[in-house]
Amino acid sequence: MKTESKLEKVLAAGHLAVTSECGPPRGASAETVIEKAKYLDGVVDAVNITDNQTAMVRMSSFAGSVLVRQQGMNPLLQMVTRDRNRLAMQADILGAYALGINTMLCLSGDHTRFGDHPMAANVHDIDSIQLIQMVKKMRDEAKFQGGADIKGVVPKMFIGAAANPFADPFELRVMRLAKKIAAGADFIQTQCIFNIDKFEKWMEGVRGMGLHKKCYILAGITPMKSVGAARYMKNRVPGMDVPQELVDRMGSVDKEKQPEEGIDICLETIERLKQVEGVAGFHIMAIDWEEKVAEIVKRANLYPRPQA
Amino acid sequence: MITAERKPLEEILAYIKPFKRILLLGCNECVTVCAAGGRKEVGVLASGLQMSRLKDGSSIDIREHTLERQCDPEYVEELVPMIDSADAVLSMACGCGVQQLAMRFRDKPVFPAVNTKFMGGSDRHGVWTERCQGCGDCLLGLTGGICPIAKCAKHLMNGPCGGSAGGVCEIGDDVDCAWHLIWERLKALGLTDQYMEIMPAKDWRPAGGGGPRKIIREDLAE
Ligand code: SF4
Ligand code: SF4
Repeated sequence: MKTESKLEKVLAAGHLAVTSECGPPRGASAETVIEKAKYLDGVVDAVNITDNQTAMVRMSSFAGSVLVRQQGMNPLLQMVTRDRNRLAMQADILGAYALGINTMLCLSGDHTRFGDHPMAANVHDIDSIQLIQMVKKMRDEAKFQGGADIKGVVPKMFIGAAANPFADPFELRVMRLAKKIAAGADFIQTQCIFNIDKFEKWMEGVRGMGLHKKCYILAGITPMKSVGAARYMKNRVPGMDVPQELVDRMGSVDKEKQPEEGIDICLETIERLKQVEGVAGFHIMAIDWEEKVAEIVKRANLYPRPQA
Repeated sequence: MITAERKPLEEILAYIKPFKRILLLGCNECVTVCAAGGRKEVGVLASGLQMSRLKDGSSIDIREHTLERQCDPEYVEELVPMIDSADAVLSMACGCGVQQLAMRFRDKPVFPAVNTKFMGGSDRHGVWTERCQGCGDCLLGLTGGICPIAKCAKHLMNGPCGGSAGGVCEIGDDVDCAWHLIWERLKALGLTDQYMEIMPAKDWRPAGGGGPRKIIREDLAE
């Protein structure tokens, strides 16, 4: 075991892991974080705390993670390279570990163009792969990125990265994953999967290179609340692939029935993905719908969670 | 080359408001090529300024001149005979040229008439795009001749982000994804294995992170 991470324990024991996410508020309310996180208590193995998601200012991922930790749950600290340079990121990694956070996700982040501060500088001192390398070097060599020794306690983070099988160029997507694993990623959370055929094709490539044996792959799942949400994700969110037939299916039922239809689709997706060799678990991103995660986990027979 | 675009007339007029005798200077290099500050643009701006001031009922005396290279002290010396008869200098060169003038003529107000944009090249007639950010440690030999720093909206050095779609960058329709282009080039060159090499975190000192940059060529420096 490389770390004390609960997520690592669950995965290493061979269970299908379940993670979910909690987006911190656009304000300073601790209660909001705790309230959202409570829906996930006992239902998932780790809770992702997003880092200025979609380039909108929110309470920091670090603070959100600490609040979740204080509830006795396992936060998964997301970190984007967009907003801070390597000094700031390493400082946060030390601080986070000191406060009981041992699992993180390394991302480059959406461009500031999409958020509420399009006039802000994009830092990108390092990229997501270099961030993975940096966290690994801190953990395994007890060294900072700049080469100096870490004094005293070494932050031992279980290192996650993202993968988007639906972005282009498709043929590069497996190699990009291989590169993240070579850099030191222990687990992967994928983009939301709606186009299962394409995901299976990507997984074929992943298995072809034996990558599923080097790293745990958690399949990204998002329940759609309405046909409007489906359309929005299809047309507006960069890197999302929502097949037209799913949009049509959501649209074919009455408005009140659409949330239920969305949950059904999500459960069917999980069932199908359970059959895919190399899928080590699920990352359920129920955006502003955290209260539904427990139902999804239970109906998908992923409950109770192992007490690793 | 260094690209530039002319500033709005109102902004230029505001700079020179207190002055009567203006020396308006173009440059024959990059700003001529990108049609921002060459001899022709100097002429156009001069008549624009004259007309506006005429409308306001305030006269202006503009002397037009275009230097071979405004960032070069040798050519700037040419201005010595004319500088005293001007109250202020308006430069249509890039920021380098403007500063060359400010350093040479310490007691003369100097104003920029263009916004210096980026180091780039021409895609087609009338269209210029950014190509290089002068990072001081060129990576083009590893990326198929396409720059991941100047042309990728996130400076990614190890491949495309999850927002790359159909060859287009996640920031919008008009911008190519640099990594899509790099990948296509590596394929065409039979160098796809090169992609698997992880490019380590960049040292930004040569890119300006170490403070203002300087080149000293001992063999040439006097
Ligand atoms: S790698 Fe650096 S020097 Fe080379 S083109 Fe890009 S910014 Fe310019
Ligand atoms: S889409 Fe391509 S160019 Fe745009 S930020 Fe992502 S990798 Fe860079």
